[in-house]
Amino acid sequence: MTHSFETAARPENLRRVAIDPLSRVEGHGKVTLLLDENNKVQQARLHIVEFRGFEKFIQGRPYWEVPVMVQRLCGICPVSHHLASSKAMDVIVGAKQLTPTAEKIRRLMHYGQILQSHALHFFHLSSPDLLFGFDSDMAKRNIVGVAEKYPDTARQGVLLRKFGQEVIRHTAGKRIHGTGAIPGGVNKSLTVPERDELLKDIGQIVAWSRDAVHLIKQMHNQNSALYDGFGAFRANFMSILGDDGALDLYHGSLRGRDADGNILFDGMDYQDYTALIEEDVKPWTYMKFPYLKSRGPQDGWYRVGPLSRVQNCDAIPTPLAEMERREFIDYSANTPLHAPLGYHWTRMIEMLFAAEMINELLHDDDILGTDLMTSGERAEEGVGVIEAPRGTLIHHYRVDENDLVTMCNLIVSTTHNNQAMNEAVRQVALQYLDGNEITEGLLNHIEVAIRAFDPCLSCATHALGKMPLQVELLDNTGAMLSTFTRSADNG
Amino acid sequence: MATAPGPKLKVATVSLAGCFGCHMSLLDIDERLFDLVELVEFDRSPLTDIKHCGPCDIGYIEGGVCNAENVQVLREFRANCRTLISVGACAINGGLPAQRNHLPLSAVLDEIYQSGPCIATGCTIPNDPELPLLLNKVHPIHEVVKVDYFIPGCPPSADAIWKALNDIIAGREPNLGHGLIHYD
Repeated sequence: MTHSFETAARPENLRRVAIDPLSRVEGHGKVTLLLDENNKVQQARLHIVEFRGFEKFIQGRPYWEVPVMVQRLCGICPVSHHLASSKAMDVIVGAKQLTPTAEKIRRLMHYGQILQSHALHFFHLSSPDLLFGFDSDMAKRNIVGVAEKYPDTARQGVLLRKFGQEVIRHTAGKRIHGTGAIPGGVNKSLTVPERDELLKDIGQIVAWSRDAVHLIKQMHNQNSALYDGFGAFRANFMSILGDDGALDLYHGSLRGRDADGNILFDGMDYQDYTALIEEDVKPWTYMKFPYLKSRGPQDGWYRVGPLSRVQNCDAIPTPLAEMERREFIDYSANTPLHAPLGYHWTRMIEMLFAAEMINELLHDDDILGTDLMTSGERAEEGVGVIEAPRGTLIHHYRVDENDLVTMCNLIVSTTHNNQAMNEAVRQVALQYLDGNEITEGLLNHIEVAIRAFDPCLSCATHALGKMPLQVELLDNTGAMLSTFTRSADNG
Repeated sequence: MATAPGPKLKVATVSLAGCFGCHMSLLDIDERLFDLVELVEFDRSPLTDIKHCGPCDIGYIEGGVCNAENVQVLREFRANCRTLISVGACAINGGLPAQRNHLPLSAVLDEIYQSGPCIATGCTIPNDPELPLLLNKVHPIHEVVKVDYFIPGCPPSADAIWKALNDIIAGREPNLGHGLIHYD
């Protein structure tokens, strides 16, 4: 653990290096480093610099507006917020068990989103680092550069994302900020032509998803020292899982493990999440720091997202993704792999899982059904949890007798990963930058580690997001020292 | 799509106080992205590692202005971009984030960092020189800089964005016409 590098003992005598804005991530963030006269890292922090205040201004709105409003937390995974809030509102309207059509349409929408978001992250945002190298030519280190050098890979990425977006459009009305889910069910099912249009391409999508797993697996196998060691740190991990312990990104109960893989809690009803999780606030970032209450802030922080889920579950309920999961577990010799770059591999396994799930659902006639809504005894309080592309997403609301929201608490995926991302930044800073002259390529190493988590800082601020990284060097008197500046925002 | 004579046009994009949805809608042009990059080159954008906007032909701005950094970045874009486009509900009227405008900022901060059901005891509101100062209200970008074109929608459809960009690249006045303009 590298907690000691969170706050330097004597910051006044250190030089500041900033990566601002972070790029090829969603949302607004920056990294600051404080270095001593020998370029030794004394402090490293990931700051989330934007604040929106969703939990406050949503109060006083009628509960049925919420699933549509909260999508605007994030344009990349709007479906996550749409569905997590809808699940919370299902509790409010007493819809204990959705109709088969409603549940399957929501699942279809969710797996469409997992597919598009994972494709976007891997191909559009992270593949330039992995294909060209962490300190490769900055001008080419983007999706356009990938399209020039590896046109088939870029094209597959674009088309995988497109297919996921089309699944969302058919289930939610439009690709971004749709309206498919409503408290107690959904407002539409699929028509036969809509289903057939998706069926036409799904075989190719499954095949390309499998190719993507093979691509990242090959990278690990060819350079396991780098891929396993880069920014690695030990952490607890958590996700929801289906009743049988299988991977389920739409619904389930909470399971957490310690860094050795021992189960800390299992089968926990997420309606009781406040008994499990507490959040700390630090002055230097708008993003909170959640941790397991039972273990306290020092030892209780944890990791969420693909790397956690694929290692937390007992199995993946689709055949191709399950084969890939077993290979991954074999690779890590049955002990938890804590390598941040392992996120990419597990993310692609999940993309394959999502593609297979979509295929399964498209062959289920329930998605064409007409029984869309259910309701029951009205409740005052509800929690909805979903495994969003980036990890566990918690929405919690209280609604009064006039149907107006009186309380809202959101713990988004990226917030759960706050401490973990800070640890990764510190590890990479110590592994690669410590004592060296700072270069653009070295600074990109820090961003590579952050990107592995696929952070969505838009979500995490509950404001509107962006995520730029910037580094600049100031001398002991605060004057600009290094000619190297990736950004001069604070000039 | 027009064919490319001469050098590629430079396009810079940024999300200020926005959700990235208007960038996702830009990517929703799907395979047409490969046609687009035949005609334009991306400068600063969430898709590249260029951290500051250089001289550009087109600036594509998503999101309103909620803090001092947004203002600084927006001015940098205006100073460098020949044509500035305000894209989506947040850039055009503040959008959903502007829902906080009728509340005192301190009440919003208290709610998030002091009153939440999971907040540990003794937490204080973030306050650090590294955090940009929040504005009391969220503003549309045309209150801060001159804007050349507006593309409404939450987000505007990929087809609307595609049409507007094509018109501008071809040197035409952008005209979305009936069907592409949505104020959702």
